[in-house]
Amino acid sequence: MRSDKHNNAPFPLKLAATGGLLFLHLPLLLIFAYAFTTEDKSFQWPPPGFTTRWLAVTWARPDVWQALTLSLQVASIATAFALVLGTLCAAALSRARFFGQEAITLLVILPIALPGIVTGIALRSAFGMMQIPFSFWTIVLGHATFCIVVVYNNAVARFRRMSPSLVEASYDLGANGFQTFRHVILPNIGTALLAGGMLAFALSFDEVIVTTFTAGQQQTLPIWMLEELIRPHERPVTNVVAMAVVLVTLIPILGAYYLTRDGAETAGSGK
Amino acid sequence: MTASLAPQSSAQDSLASRFSAALWRSPRLLLLLLLAPPLLWLGVVYVGSLIALLAQSFFSFDDFTAQVTYELTLSTYAELFSPANFDIIKRTVTMAALVTIASAILAFPIAYYAARYAKGRWKAFFYLGVMLPLWSSYLVKIYAWKMILSKEGIVSWTADKLHLSWLLDAWLSLPVVGGNSLSVSATGTFLVFVYIWLPYMILPIQASLERVPANLIEASYDLGGGPSKTFRHVLLPLAMPGVAAGSIFTFSLTLGDYIIPGIIGTSRLFIGQAVYTQQGTAGNIPLAAAFSVVPVVIMAFYLWGAKKQGAFDAL
Repeated sequence: MRSDKHNNAPFPLKLAATGGLLFLHLPLLLIFAYAFTTEDKSFQWPPPGFTTRWLAVTWARPDVWQALTLSLQVASIATAFALVLGTLCAAALSRARFFGQEAITLLVILPIALPGIVTGIALRSAFGMMQIPFSFWTIVLGHATFCIVVVYNNAVARFRRMSPSLVEASYDLGANGFQTFRHVILPNIGTALLAGGMLAFALSFDEVIVTTFTAGQQQTLPIWMLEELIRPHERPVTNVVAMAVVLVTLIPILGAYYLTRDGAETAGSGK
Repeated sequence: MTASLAPQSSAQDSLASRFSAALWRSPRLLLLLLLAPPLLWLGVVYVGSLIALLAQSFFSFDDFTAQVTYELTLSTYAELFSPANFDIIKRTVTMAALVTIASAILAFPIAYYAARYAKGRWKAFFYLGVMLPLWSSYLVKIYAWKMILSKEGIVSWTADKLHLSWLLDAWLSLPVVGGNSLSVSATGTFLVFVYIWLPYMILPIQASLERVPANLIEASYDLGGGPSKTFRHVLLPLAMPGVAAGSIFTFSLTLGDYIIPGIIGTSRLFIGQAVYTQQGTAGNIPLAAAFSVVPVVIMAFYLWGAKKQGAFDAL
């Protein structure tokens, strides 16, 4: 009695799903069109003409490069902190059962569950109280706090799939804890860490809400964009930067996707 | 050279071995060592900051001297209920509720199609189709909408080509939702919120629909339930945990956002903007702190309700 009719999507559903996906993607595609427009005063549509002139103008702008460099530095260091702390948390929480475990899980998720503005203003007022001046490191501190959860999520899933007998076998064969970590655990969780690290990097690279509270005079790339959005100086340059940001964030997202696509390569997962 | 180094390195080896053997014998010690660094960071730096913030909200701010008075009081919280401030809270909560409902309606067909009909390559296509906009730069997405909604932008152009400009103008002349152009109207703010948080709604709904067996739908059809009955009595109840989980994100993110309404919207403030202006230009940290407690309290109630709906099983 199984009818094939119900295995093909009804037309209204197809239409609504396609419409939804178009709604998600058309605005991003529009960024590409505007990056090449000759119109530099307004967001006129359709663009009166196309030019590649603004690519060269943007390339020559030192403020864009400074903001980009700062963003890359902050994201790298925040990701490194998050990788270490997130992996430690995942290793501790993946198997053991102990009192207060749920509270610790909540603690890890909290920075991303609370609105960014709460995290931002909390850190800012704490820095103010302790009289820590705003610097590169206050930005990193804020970013690492909410990047931990991304690494943790990826790592804990992999730890749970990994068979505990692998570690026991390593000990039985005479390896100590450090050797076991280096030769057994790390190869198994490596891709999950890489994926988590990439997402943490993307998250930090794009973060603006917490950064507005923890940065002093320094401009990360999102802060630079925010300034341009509030007080536009040169629209075409902003258009080109926006396009570049879309292209650059594509890489870690696609990378993380391909690394975690199938967990089948995890040793001992069949057990 | 090797001869002189060998004993030393073996001594190091045995130290490492003895250390790891001690950890193996006492898993508690290992657990403590693993958890100490992240707990120091999150428990001390982060929770410490949150508590410091909460403490500030119990102080008051003297408008004449522009100084914070360090005496415990609830007067700052009372200020939240002054008509101007309470309007801000009402406006933000209404917006968050509308955004959540609209996202759920838009997300459902995408999630349902991806969960039930998309196979193999199409499944990956749908997954990336949701993930890419989700992870794309937040500010770039807002910027794209500033382009779209501006007076000379693509929406006005499309309305003009379809001879629907009168409709757009009529909508913009309405009191609450209208404005000079879409990019400075509450409608614009609403559209951008829905756009930016939509992927957060799609993913949990899809996850909950993946768990609905296809033969349950077929059984409903076999028993004479048409598409609308099947949707109302079978699909929707089973998808509810996913909707609740997604609504946590859309609701909470809308409550706390201060950048979107600042860039696309009217001059009427939202909670996030109130926090930002109070702590920044006004220097009224106590009121800013009290304002930032509002979304946290609302979310605590919301999470409590969502837990009853089974939202946490769908995350």
